[in-house]
Amino acid sequence: MTFERGKALRAALPFLVGIVFLVGWEVFVRVNNLPVYLLPGPIRIAQRLYEEWGTLSDSLIVTLEVTFGALFFAIVGGGGLAVLFAQSKWIEASFFPYAVILQVTPIVAIAPLILIYIRNTEVALLVCAWIVAFFPILSNTTLGLNSVDPNFMDLMQLYRAKRWQVLWFLRMPGAMPYFLGGLKIAGGLSLIGAVVAEFTAGTATAGTGLAYRILESSYRLDIPRMYAGLALLSLTGVLIFAAFSFLSWLVLHRWHESATRREG
Amino acid sequence: MDTQTTSSLVRLRQVDKTFSNGTVAIKGLDLDLRPGSFTSLLGPSGCGKSTALRMIAGLTSPSTGAVEWSGQRPELGFVFQEPTLMPWRTVWGNVFLPLRIAGVPRAVAEPRIADALGRVGLTGFERSYPRQLSGGMKMRVSIARALVTRPALLLMDEPFAALDEITRSRLNDDLLQVWQAERLTIGFVTHSVFESVFLSDRILVMAARPGRVVADIAIDAPYPRTDEFRTTDTYNHYCRIVSQALKQAMGGHHDL
Repeated sequence: MTFERGKALRAALPFLVGIVFLVGWEVFVRVNNLPVYLLPGPIRIAQRLYEEWGTLSDSLIVTLEVTFGALFFAIVGGGGLAVLFAQSKWIEASFFPYAVILQVTPIVAIAPLILIYIRNTEVALLVCAWIVAFFPILSNTTLGLNSVDPNFMDLMQLYRAKRWQVLWFLRMPGAMPYFLGGLKIAGGLSLIGAVVAEFTAGTATAGTGLAYRILESSYRLDIPRMYAGLALLSLTGVLIFAAFSFLSWLVLHRWHESATRREG
Repeated sequence: MDTQTTSSLVRLRQVDKTFSNGTVAIKGLDLDLRPGSFTSLLGPSGCGKSTALRMIAGLTSPSTGAVEWSGQRPELGFVFQEPTLMPWRTVWGNVFLPLRIAGVPRAVAEPRIADALGRVGLTGFERSYPRQLSGGMKMRVSIARALVTRPALLLMDEPFAALDEITRSRLNDDLLQVWQAERLTIGFVTHSVFESVFLSDRILVMAARPGRVVADIAIDAPYPRTDEFRTTDTYNHYCRIVSQALKQAMGGHHDL
C-alpha cells in the first residue's frame, strides 16, 4: 500500500464507521418498530433538524456568541494572568491556588449563584463559560512561560536583554505550543460551559440558546428535536476543535515537533 | 606563569568559587587571556574551566577575587556547548537576534548578518529552520550569531564536543580562519588534548578539586595550520607534553 493511499484510507475510516453506525441505528429503529418518542431514527432527526432550522440556527448563534465571547476573555484573562505570573514567583504563588479552586469547583454548582448576582442573563452565561475555559489557558501558558532552557537565559543575559525583551523574544514564542494546546481544550470547554449555564438559566428563566431549545424540546416530548439540537452542539464542538487544531498547525508546523513530520 | 611582562585582555585574579551547595569549584585561580591569542582551557570534568569562562563572560561572578579587564570590557561573543538556537526563528532570525535586542536597525543589520553567515559558510541557508540543519551546521549558526556583534573576544565552551570527528576537524579549520581574519581573542574550553594543540597558541591545563591552573604551555607552531599539521612531529611533540601535564593535573586519577 502506498503512503498516499494509506493516508486516504485513514481519513475515510471514521466516516465509514459513522455511516455504518447511522445505517445500523435506522435499521434497528425500523425493525423493532420503536415509537418516535422513545428513539427516533437518524432520518427522522434530520427531517426535524430541517423543519426547525430557523429556530435552531438562531439559537446556535446565541450559544456561539456566549462560547466565543467566553473564549475571548479566557484568552485575554488566562494569557494575561500567565504573563503576570511569569514576572514574579510571588504573584504566582499568591494567586495560582485560587485559580485552581475556581477550576475544581463544578460549574453546575456555581452557575445558579452567578445567575442570582448577575441580572443580565447573557453576561451571566458568559461568566460561567469563562470560568470553565480560562483555567487550561492559564495553567498551560504559565507552564510554557516558565519552561525556558537555562542556556537561553544565559544568552539573554549576555545580550543584556531587558525584561520585556526576554518575555517577547524568548518566553512568549517558547510558550506558544503550550498556549495553543490550552486553547484547544478551552475551545471545547467554553462550549460546555455555555451549555451548562444555559441549562441552569433555562430552568429558571427563558433562554434562547441551543441548550435551552433542547430543554424546551424535552418538556414537549419532542425527542427528535432534542436529538437535532444535540447533533448541532456536537458538530459545533468538533468544528471548534478542528479550527483550533488547524490554527495550531499553522503557527507551529515550521518549527515545533508536535506539528512537523520527520524529514529524510 | 609570567604575567608581569605580557599585557592581558582579561585576568582572573585569586578567584574562588563556592557553589550554593557548598562545593568549592575553584580555589585561588589565576588566569589571563592575552589580546589576539587563542587560549585553550584544558582539564578534566569538574576543574572549573567552564565556570572560569562564564565568569569572564559575566554569566556568573566569583565568590572572592576579581575579574579584571585592561580598559573597557570589550564586546564579547559566547558559544555554548549546545547550539542554543531558537527553533521558531530561521537561521537569519537567530543571527539577527543579538542585534535586534541591541536595537540595531534592520538595514544596518542585514549586511552584517550576511557577512557573519558567509564566514561560517552558511550563505543560502538564511531561511532554513534549525531543525532542518545537521549538528555541525547548527553549531555554525551559533558561531555566526556570536560573530555578528563583531566581538573582540570570543568565548567558546566545549563547542564541538557533541560533534563527530570529521565535522569537528572541519569546524576547527574554519574557526582558525575566522580567528586569523578577525584578529580575535579566543578563550576555548575543551577536554580534548588534540583539539587544543591543533587550535591554540597557548594552553592552560587545569586540575580539579579545587579548580586551578597547573600548567601554562605555549604552542610554538606557525599559523595557518592545516590538516598536515596533525601529522607533524611538532604536533605530536606538543600532544605528548600536554597529555603529560594533564595526567599530572589529574594526579594519577582517571575519572575524566
